[in-house]
Amino acid sequence: MNNPLVHKSWSPWIVGIGIGVLSWFAFWSANHPLGITTAFEHTAALIIQGISPEFADSNSYYQEESPKIGWEWMLVLGVFIGSLISSITSGDRERITVPPMWARRFGSSAALRLTVAFFAGALMMFGARLASGCTSGHGISGNLQLAASSWLFSIIFFAVAILTAFLVYGRKEGDHV
Amino acid sequence: MFDPLWKLAVGLLTGIVFGVLLQKGRVAKFRVIVSQFLLTDWTVVKIMGTAVVVGAIGIYALLPEGLVSLHLKPLVWFGIIVGGICFGVGMALFGYCPGTSVAATGEGRRDAMVGVLGMLGGAATYVLLYPGLSGLLKMWGDAGKVTLPQWTDTSPWIWIGGLAAALLIWAGILYSTSGSRRQHPSEGGFHKPTAA
Repeated sequence: MNNPLVHKSWSPWIVGIGIGVLSWFAFWSANHPLGITTAFEHTAALIIQGISPEFADSNSYYQEESPKIGWEWMLVLGVFIGSLISSITSGDRERITVPPMWARRFGSSAALRLTVAFFAGALMMFGARLASGCTSGHGISGNLQLAASSWLFSIIFFAVAILTAFLVYGRKEGDHV
Repeated sequence: MFDPLWKLAVGLLTGIVFGVLLQKGRVAKFRVIVSQFLLTDWTVVKIMGTAVVVGAIGIYALLPEGLVSLHLKPLVWFGIIVGGICFGVGMALFGYCPGTSVAATGEGRRDAMVGVLGMLGGAATYVLLYPGLSGLLKMWGDAGKVTLPQWTDTSPWIWIGGLAAALLIWAGILYSTSGSRRQHPSEGGFHKPTAA
């Protein structure tokens, strides 16, 4: 039982130290900060280009950016594989559609949960691309470089998320957790 | 269109470690993310805070050695402010962030899988609207790629020292006051229960 992978969770402090050290590795080995959303933008851009090359020729995005399957794309794939390995080795599989906390507030309708998940995911990604970063790119990689843009982004998104959570799930939910 | 093979391999390896850490950190779970925003579970801040302090120490120590270079995002006022608002609303409703939603997909969560498709849709919307958005983004100006120490003309070590001190004091308070209270009785023993 000395294999730490069989445990369902590690201390958040240990995980934080691990991500910090992993950041050193990413900067040193690939000259790249940890980030997720550029890969989504490039994938979407490549799909659009594949569907309509004429559109891509007329869109200034393709003059300014060169979408590619690169280090960051593999990072996203790796996050999926790593989580898969971790959840299988510990038996922490959660094949759920409607999280219980969501169901207590909005009922057990899978259609409602999946619709909101789709559009909320889209809004979140749209915001991340406007700001050029997400919880990883700004929240961890940018903040650890002490970037002014990242600290401002983190403060704004955290405050807005807290406000949204209290409005949507209500203060009462705190009692159940 | 493709990075060299070694770089793809390094990216995959880095991602696998990142995915294991996110899953073990329990941040691929809807309840952990939403409970952070309801201020009843501080796992997300503990992980992010520790990662930032540890990361900053390493990066700013390696910087003068020339082993790393900074990759700053520009402070485009419109993008950061409007983007931050969209991101905060989206993340609270979705219950996952971009990285943790991918990890949640690995954990088997169906709502995260649909949300990841939505994220691809959001990215496509950004690309499709880009010609118009690039004008909007310039509307409020740009403070450039600047760090807080550069902005205030101070040493980065003052900032890192302050952040590290704040984190250690907070951890110390949690450790000394939580005593017998265990928030996650189902967890394994790979951490000190008192620090949960």
